[in-house]
Amino acid sequence: MEEVKVYGVWASPYSQKVIWALKLKGVKFDYIEEDLHNKSQKLLQYNPVYKKIPVLVHGEKPVAESVVILDYIEETWPENPLLPKDAYERAVARFWIQFGQEKSPTFHAFFRTAGEQQEKAVKEALEVLKILEEKGLGDKKFFGGNNIGLVDISFGWLAHWLEGMEEVVGIKLMEPSTLPRLHKWIKNFKEVPVIQENLPDPEKLLAYFKVLREKFVRDLPSNDQ
Amino acid sequence: MADEVILLDAWNSAFGMRVRVALAEKGIKYEYKEQDLGNKSPLLLKMNPIHKKVPVLIHNGKPICESAIIVQYIDEVWNDKAPLLPSDPYEKAQARFWVDYIDKKMYDVGRRVWSSKGEELEAVKKEIIQHLKLLEGELGDKPYFGGETFGFVDIGLIGFYSWFYTYETLGNFSIEAECPKLIAWAKRCMEKESVSKSLADPHKVYEFIKGIKKMLGLE
Repeated sequence: MEEVKVYGVWASPYSQKVIWALKLKGVKFDYIEEDLHNKSQKLLQYNPVYKKIPVLVHGEKPVAESVVILDYIEETWPENPLLPKDAYERAVARFWIQFGQEKSPTFHAFFRTAGEQQEKAVKEALEVLKILEEKGLGDKKFFGGNNIGLVDISFGWLAHWLEGMEEVVGIKLMEPSTLPRLHKWIKNFKEVPVIQENLPDPEKLLAYFKVLREKFVRDLPSNDQ
Repeated sequence: MADEVILLDAWNSAFGMRVRVALAEKGIKYEYKEQDLGNKSPLLLKMNPIHKKVPVLIHNGKPICESAIIVQYIDEVWNDKAPLLPSDPYEKAQARFWVDYIDKKMYDVGRRVWSSKGEELEAVKKEIIQHLKLLEGELGDKPYFGGETFGFVDIGLIGFYSWFYTYETLGNFSIEAECPKLIAWAKRCMEKESVSKSLADPHKVYEFIKGIKKMLGLE
C-alpha cells in the first residue's frame, strides 16, 4: 500500500478534518507538523498554488484544499462511508460543506475585528448558525444522520475551536437556549471516539487564541478598537 | 418514469452556463426558466432559500444548488454517457481543485472589473491575467483540461469566456495576447455544440454591463 502523509498545523481545524477522516477509515498515515512562519520546501512543492496546509500526499501525489482532500479520502477508501450513497443526498451534503466554506469569513471577522465591524460579524454569524441548526441539522443526531459524515467533520471546528474563540473575544455565539440542537450536536460529536481522541489540547488552544487575538486587535485601524 | 428537469438560470451567468453545457453534453431534456435577479421569483426563493442565487437544477421537484455541485450531480445520475469527471480518484481530486480555484477567483475579479476604475481597475486586470496564466499553465499542451476529452474543469471555466470581451474592453487589454493557448482552448470548446449553444453572446454581455454601469453611475 502506498504511503500517506498529512502536512498540517496542530491548531488548525482544517488539518484536523483530514486526520479525522483518515482515522475514521482506519487509514495509516504519517503526520508532519508545519511551521507556517517557515514553510518547508516540501509544502511549497506540494501546494504551489496556495502554499497552505493541509496537504495530503498519497504515494508521491499531493492533494490540496481540505474539501477536495475529504472527497479524495472518501473515494479512495470507501470503507466506513462518510457521504450518503444516494446522489441527491450527496449533493445536499456537498451544499452544506460549501455553505460552511463560504461563511468562514464571517467567523474570521468575529475573531479578528472589534467595534462596529465585529457587531456586524456577530449578527451574521448568529444568522448562519440559525440556518445551520434549522435547515442543516434539523432533527437529526448528526448532519450525516445516525452517524457522523463529512458535513459533521466540516463543522467540527464549531465543537471545539469556537469555544476558545468566544472566550478570548468575550462574546458567546453558541448559546444553548438559542441553539439547542447545535449544542446537543456538539456534545454528540465530541463523544465519537475518533473525535474525542483527536482534539488539540484546549488549554494550549486557548493560549494560542489569546496571542492571535492580541495581534489582530493591535493591527486594527485605531477607530475600530 | 420520465424525468422532470428544470433549470433556473440567468442568461449571462457563467455559473449557469456550466449547467447548460453539462445538460447538453448528456443530452438531457429540460425546461429552462430565465430568472430576473433584480426581482427574484417565488420559485427561485423557494428552491434556493439560503442563497437565493442561480443556477438551481430542479430534478423531479427536488432542488440542487451551487453550479459545481449540480454538474457533479448530473454526472452521477446520468452516468450512461459522456463522463464529465475522471474516474480515477486522484484525477478527480485535481479536477475538483481547479474548479474550486475558478470558483474562488474568477467571479470576484470579474465583478470588480466593471465596478472599479483607475488604479483599482489596473490591479484587478493584473489579477485576472495572473489567474488565467495559472490556468493556462495547468492546461499545458493538452487539448482540454481533462486531457483528450472535454470535462469538469473545461465546463468550470468556459462560461467565463463569454465575459472575456467585457473584461478586455473595460480593462483595455487583450486576453489573447496574454494567454494565447487559453484562447485557443476556448475556441476549441466553442466548436462543440453543447458549448456554443450554451454560452451567452459576448457583445450582449458587454452591452448589459455597460447598462449596469450607467444605471449605477459608474461610467
